[in-house]
Amino acid sequence: MYKITEMKFFNQNKILNLSFRSQKIILIFFLLILSIGLFEALVLSPEDYLQGDAVRIMYVHVPAAWMSLGIFSFIAFLSVLVFIFKNKNFILIAKSIAPSGFIFNIIALVTGSIWGRPTWGTWWAWDARITSMLILALFYLMYLMAWRIFENKNYVLKVTSFIAIFGSINVPIVKFSVDWWSTLHQPSSVNLISKTTIHSSMLIPLSIMTAAFVLFSLLIFLMKYNTELIKIKNKGLDRL
Amino acid sequence: MIYNFLNMDGYGLYVFSSFIFTLVSFAGLYLIIKSQLIKEQKKFKAKFGSLTADKILLARTQKTNKEILTAGIFSKI
Repeated sequence: MYKITEMKFFNQNKILNLSFRSQKIILIFFLLILSIGLFEALVLSPEDYLQGDAVRIMYVHVPAAWMSLGIFSFIAFLSVLVFIFKNKNFILIAKSIAPSGFIFNIIALVTGSIWGRPTWGTWWAWDARITSMLILALFYLMYLMAWRIFENKNYVLKVTSFIAIFGSINVPIVKFSVDWWSTLHQPSSVNLISKTTIHSSMLIPLSIMTAAFVLFSLLIFLMKYNTELIKIKNKGLDRL
Repeated sequence: MIYNFLNMDGYGLYVFSSFIFTLVSFAGLYLIIKSQLIKEQKKFKAKFGSLTADKILLARTQKTNKEILTAGIFSKI
């Protein structure tokens, strides 16, 4: 039987080799796309007829929120796979991608708060979307803290997987909170299935900034993954 | 013109503080993760250097160890 641990895709040597080589290229691409995105967002994109220039905050707030939700869902998915396949790489990948997800969550909360002041007249409101995003940040924090607090390998694996799987219940709540409850947030303008209602002059900078955020997340993931792998190898050298 | 760009009809403070916060967060996380990576690489190289000759030969048979030892030229970013 062909075990998942034998798949070439999950070969640690290959991932390590690839990640060392690709970091520089990803950093260059990230800086390039971020520069284009910033120029589009701050200079070329039009102001909103209602919100004026305050709408430009959307170009950092929305991609950050998307990324934080996407990354947490991915961590939860990997945590389920850990239980099924008992593959150490899934744990390492989940652990390595979590810091960028947490930072994106914090960025979404802070920039949302800044955006709320000129548009809603308040820095903070206990509205369904904001509160569920705050809960997501707490799950991220618990997940990252668990790795630091618990030293027993089996225990930390169970605790972090439980946090990720249990926390994933909150992901659809964040996503559909604007449809299920009356909130300060408007319903989503960018949809994969139904029609996207945002104009292309705003969708283009939003897409470029999202691409930059994806590249940043990939860069941080590769660096963190390498760090974790070297940590394991350091322990391996001690046992020689 | 520059004043108009920075002022953004009174929204400049909100817009630029959001973008600056994002970029500072990115830079902060990058530097933290980078310093952790360099620290672990240094620790690995120091440990590898302190091994006896036969243990070095044994450690060199592991492909991942080779990758880490040669990583210095790729990871200086």
